[in-house]
Amino acid sequence: MITRRHVLGTVGGGAALAVSGLKFSTADAAGIALTPGVPAGLDSVAAMEALPGKKPLIRLSDRPPNYESPLEYFRTPITPNDQFFVRYHLSDIPEIKAESYKIAVGGDGANGQAEITLDDLKKMPIFEVVAVNQCSGNRRGLSRPHVPGVEWGYGAMGCAHWKGARLKDVLDKVGLKKEAIEVSFNGADGPAYDKTPDFIKSIPVWKAIEETTLIAYEMNGQPLPHLNGFPARIIVPGWTGTYWMKHVITINALTKPQGGFWMNPAYRLPLGKFPLVARFTSQEYAPNTPITEIVVNSLITSHRDGDKVKPGKVTVGGIAWDGGYGIRSVDVSTDGGRTWSSAILGQDVGRFAFRPWSFELFAKRGKNTVMINATNKIGQSQTSELIFNPAGYNNNVMQNISLMAR
Amino acid sequence: MRTLAVVIFAALITLPAAADETPVQLKKADGLDRVEANCQACHSLSYIAMNSPFLNAAGWDAEVTKMIKAFGAPIDEADAKAIADYLKKNYGG
Repeated sequence: MITRRHVLGTVGGGAALAVSGLKFSTADAAGIALTPGVPAGLDSVAAMEALPGKKPLIRLSDRPPNYESPLEYFRTPITPNDQFFVRYHLSDIPEIKAESYKIAVGGDGANGQAEITLDDLKKMPIFEVVAVNQCSGNRRGLSRPHVPGVEWGYGAMGCAHWKGARLKDVLDKVGLKKEAIEVSFNGADGPAYDKTPDFIKSIPVWKAIEETTLIAYEMNGQPLPHLNGFPARIIVPGWTGTYWMKHVITINALTKPQGGFWMNPAYRLPLGKFPLVARFTSQEYAPNTPITEIVVNSLITSHRDGDKVKPGKVTVGGIAWDGGYGIRSVDVSTDGGRTWSSAILGQDVGRFAFRPWSFELFAKRGKNTVMINATNKIGQSQTSELIFNPAGYNNNVMQNISLMAR
Repeated sequence: MRTLAVVIFAALITLPAAADETPVQLKKADGLDRVEANCQACHSLSYIAMNSPFLNAAGWDAEVTKMIKAFGAPIDEADAKAIADYLKKNYGG
């Protein structure tokens, strides 16, 4: 059964509740620079396109909307709202009015139930955090072999200054039972077809009550853009975007693991392949485990692979980030990884944020290579070889670009 | 008359594509009508081109099965086969 909203959105055209807000203004296939290494088929469908209220993003699919930020948008440690990527699994995305917005809080792991309005949220103690929101599948398109899914390049991520209430304070309104093991979230968006599993996610209670886990209603000093979760979304600093539920309308404390497609088999990593500190043990069923924290990573944003430069001094720069341990160093190699030198780290705006870095190299005439490797404060660094996994997650292979000096 | 009927039918089966989305023209070949009639009820057809050309025959079979079994797509057996054949022939790798 196609949902009523979907029928309205398609037959009604202009009513378009299912895809509201997605009236496009510009599309430019010529000006697009895809991340080197993504599947060739993307060339025929990707385009630069400005969603309402957004600067042009790289469109990978418009229904559901999946748009990544081009490399140039990562030249500042904070990603402006109008440059922030958009990612949905399901295409029925209602516009929600702030006045009628409510979050239902409860579940079998809670002592009671509550309804929380946007005003209620805003009256609660305010907390702020600067944090990277990175899609679990960022860089999936660079997997070798390629794996099916949305074929993201470098740009399914952004770093924003989030403001809202602590999830813990909201949970305190209903009271957690001591048997509660997980807290689950549902958003207002849903599937086009009612047999498609709704997108419901959970996190462990210990993560839900961390002081940095928020229900955010502001992003970089503004209300959240519609396609980034207005009126409010969950913020789980350090963990990948799959848990950052947009348009959150239901929060349940649970005494049993959350089921459903989006918890298992989706969003899973082979057990033992990645050096994860944060484990989601109530959801660990061999042979895999839920993706949790963001792996340490870095990106060159000053130049693209193959860019031309002048021989002599060239300043290369970019960003580094991780799951919240903080960046200790970024090292640069101009000889393919034989020798390494430290980059200069820029302003530290928080352990969950993009950390800028820069490095001055001497470009010789001809081809120069620049390879980068970030290390975090618990000693984790990037990998030189891809750790292959079927969903293409956690790709933190050191970037290695060429610069042509002449 | 027959032509008119075909045109009307074509208009009906492509309705699920939202009115304001960028049309995606996939390769014209046998089975494309089944792809258009089924797949774009839930997602734009860019997913197909984006996921090419690297899936082999088993890979495309698995994707069609996933849409039916995991996502509940109401695709009958004949259409599922026609769609999988189309994808393997035109977007296989």
